[in-house]
Amino acid sequence: MNTRRAAIVGGNRIPFARSNGPYAHASNQDMLTAAIDGLVARFGLQDERLGEVAAGAVLKHSRDFNLTRESVLGSRLSPNTPAYDVQQACGTGLETVILTANKIALGQIDSAIAAGVDTTSDAPIAVNEDLRAVLLEANRAKSLGGRVKALAGIRPTQLVPSIPQNSEPRTGLSMGEHQAITTLEWGITREAQDELAAASHQNLAAAYDRGFQDDLITPFLGLTRDQNLRADSTAEKLAKLSPAFGRSFGEQATMTAGNSTPLTDGASTVLLASDEWAAAHNLPVLAYFVDAETAAVDYVHGDKLADGLLMAPVYAVPRLLARNGLTFADFDFIEIHEAFAGTVLATMKAWEDDEFCRTRLGLDGALGSIDRAKLNVNGSSLAAGHPFAATGGRIVASLAKMLHEKGSGRGLISICAAGGQGVVAILEA
Amino acid sequence: MSDRYLNLVNSPVGSAVASRVGLPRPSVLRRYSAGDPLLPGPLLLGSTSGKPTAALRKLLTTAGAEVLDTLGETDRLAAVVLDARSVATPRDLSGLREFLAPGLKALGSSGRVIVLGTPTDGADITADAARQALDGIVRSLAKELRRGATANLLWVADDASLASALRFFLSGKSAYVDGQPLLLGAGKAPAPKDWDQPLAGKTALVTGAARGIGAAIAGVLARDGAHVIVADLTSAGEALAKVANRVGGTALHLDVASDKAPERLLEHLAAHTKGLDVLVHNAGITRDKLLANMKPEQWDSVIAVNLESQLRIDAALLGSDQLNAQARVVCLSSTTGLSGNRGQTNYGATKAGVLGLVRSSAAAFAAHGDSTINAIAPGFIDTEMTAKMPLATREVARRLSSLQQAGLPIDVAEAVSWLSSPGAGGVNGQVLRVCGQNLVGA
Repeated sequence: MNTRRAAIVGGNRIPFARSNGPYAHASNQDMLTAAIDGLVARFGLQDERLGEVAAGAVLKHSRDFNLTRESVLGSRLSPNTPAYDVQQACGTGLETVILTANKIALGQIDSAIAAGVDTTSDAPIAVNEDLRAVLLEANRAKSLGGRVKALAGIRPTQLVPSIPQNSEPRTGLSMGEHQAITTLEWGITREAQDELAAASHQNLAAAYDRGFQDDLITPFLGLTRDQNLRADSTAEKLAKLSPAFGRSFGEQATMTAGNSTPLTDGASTVLLASDEWAAAHNLPVLAYFVDAETAAVDYVHGDKLADGLLMAPVYAVPRLLARNGLTFADFDFIEIHEAFAGTVLATMKAWEDDEFCRTRLGLDGALGSIDRAKLNVNGSSLAAGHPFAATGGRIVASLAKMLHEKGSGRGLISICAAGGQGVVAILEA
Repeated sequence: MSDRYLNLVNSPVGSAVASRVGLPRPSVLRRYSAGDPLLPGPLLLGSTSGKPTAALRKLLTTAGAEVLDTLGETDRLAAVVLDARSVATPRDLSGLREFLAPGLKALGSSGRVIVLGTPTDGADITADAARQALDGIVRSLAKELRRGATANLLWVADDASLASALRFFLSGKSAYVDGQPLLLGAGKAPAPKDWDQPLAGKTALVTGAARGIGAAIAGVLARDGAHVIVADLTSAGEALAKVANRVGGTALHLDVASDKAPERLLEHLAAHTKGLDVLVHNAGITRDKLLANMKPEQWDSVIAVNLESQLRIDAALLGSDQLNAQARVVCLSSTTGLSGNRGQTNYGATKAGVLGLVRSSAAAFAAHGDSTINAIAPGFIDTEMTAKMPLATREVARRLSSLQQAGLPIDVAEAVSWLSSPGAGGVNGQVLRVCGQNLVGA
């Protein structure tokens, strides 16, 4: 079967807002529709029937079973554009790019929007599990008496709602607590984390200032820049914050609100197409999707050092590089999603660790070091914020533009996700 | 922002009261909507030389006008067109009075009076004096007309754009253009394949298009067939995207005042278009302050956005391969640039500056494949900006024109779209006021 290249034509996202900030009353559908409409406006896609739109959200109301399709119907795209939802925790956004790029490569579709959205402000609140059981029982009852009897079983404690938590179902630990273990195990210092966080803010602020974001963003509800961004952030200022995670480690606790991503609301989109479709629509191509890989770790039973919750990309990247015959030196840009500064630093440290790479990755020695001058050069999630499913689209559109500006080159994307998963991909121009 | 007073005096009770106590009685103007005939009634055609030329008659009938040569007792006219190009002595002017007087009495609401004149050329003092007199007649007549009727003067140095100009001035598209002279010169002014889609196949760019007049211009250019790139600041991107999606165009985030703007614009055009056909310099800001209290940044930002940006972008386009032949550039000036306005020395500077820019660069644009550059000077137009004015000030400002009402953004947009059309190629280096014959200014 012949395959062809899937092109990244561009992207659009709304600025990311801190939880319960400017987007407090915006739903996932509102934000996704706005992000799609901004993309439609940027590329003149009004009434266009695209091959498909794939998108998802990590925190989703049960009524949003067709979130993406509903957003398409509310947008200026042709209502004849099919759509579906994808959900792979924080890997969702990048996974939608992989799925649609593969379909384009296979010739099944010619164009697509890959997208993601998340709100922690307008989060779904479900009824207490015990109350749900009672209500379902009442619903099943055939007589009025049976219903009354079932409902009589309601107890006050059951009225406490079930609120979604940023924690792993199998460990009960929050993502931050998991990462705190990994950060400690890999001996990542507080200073290194704060430096990485400050660089993220400074780089993203510089990107805004030189107009890099002008054709990547469309303002929403009055917000014109990522709300979390602090252009004047420095490692010294960040050093003053108290630890937020791993506090049980006492003096060894290093993770603060400053070197961890905050809860964030936002949406992002990426326009993908075949070369022919892009040319027919007079749209220049920014970069091409090359390949992708996913991996997962057994963070429940595995080793504290090697199988940390957010360490799966450590395993995915060497497999992807081997398949494509590449080393870190072949890349011009490396985008490692900054779930926490500790995640990025532990990931890079693992690849530099001779023994780890031999025993766990099956390599002859260390995978290699990443040139920090290539890492997250226009900032990443610590500065922009991290609306779970929207991060992949932010990174793909931004990296594609960086490669296009450079003229040629290669970029690596690494995104960790809940459930001990990792999604990584290569773009080139 | 609706004009409550206008609505009131057009209601049965309001109309009776206003008429008895002598209040201004603005009319609801005839504005164009797609599919409208050129005129809602017949047109009376006359000439100071006796018989109107067959060519002129044909232009009018081709445009869809029902042309009358003589006025019957019961005729109600939608327009009066007088060819006064033969006027050569002051005595000839009486021909205007003789022809127009009965026609004016039969002129219906939102009627049109159009006088064609020969522009002065310095060859003959008597002829020039008589020709220039037409300007005074038309301007005064415009002030006499009531019920939304307008009078305008076309100086016909060349016939190239006469057909296109007559269509614009007779139609509802010129609703708020009143008491204005406009010079029609030589140039390439091909008739469009479809007069309802004169911009079909053209690529247009409108700066400052996120709201108000810019958004209206984008809408009319798109209605007339153009693919419209709407540009504005990133901070206005939310509204801009809505405009782009409404008109079926594309949104471009561009700060026209930034140093990199011309380069970015050229890059965008090269990557996304087959060259630019229409450029509308609409982006503008106000930072009003009495000159004595003006801060440097208030002065500088207005100059940078309203004037310097246009100079730099025009120069970049002319020096590039991204401006197509027979391109049209339309610059937004303002009646403030003609008459001045208290608290607007900076703004007035830029709006007068634009007039100098347009006049001075006309030759360069003509040399660029018969392109043109013109300015539109809007008067008092109801926008979000004027909605913020104090009620009394706004009400007074609205009545200070011959049409006794504010214009709408669509009125400016119609004029811009006409000057952007192929048929307007004979208009170059000119300023057209869209002001309802505002009482201030030239």
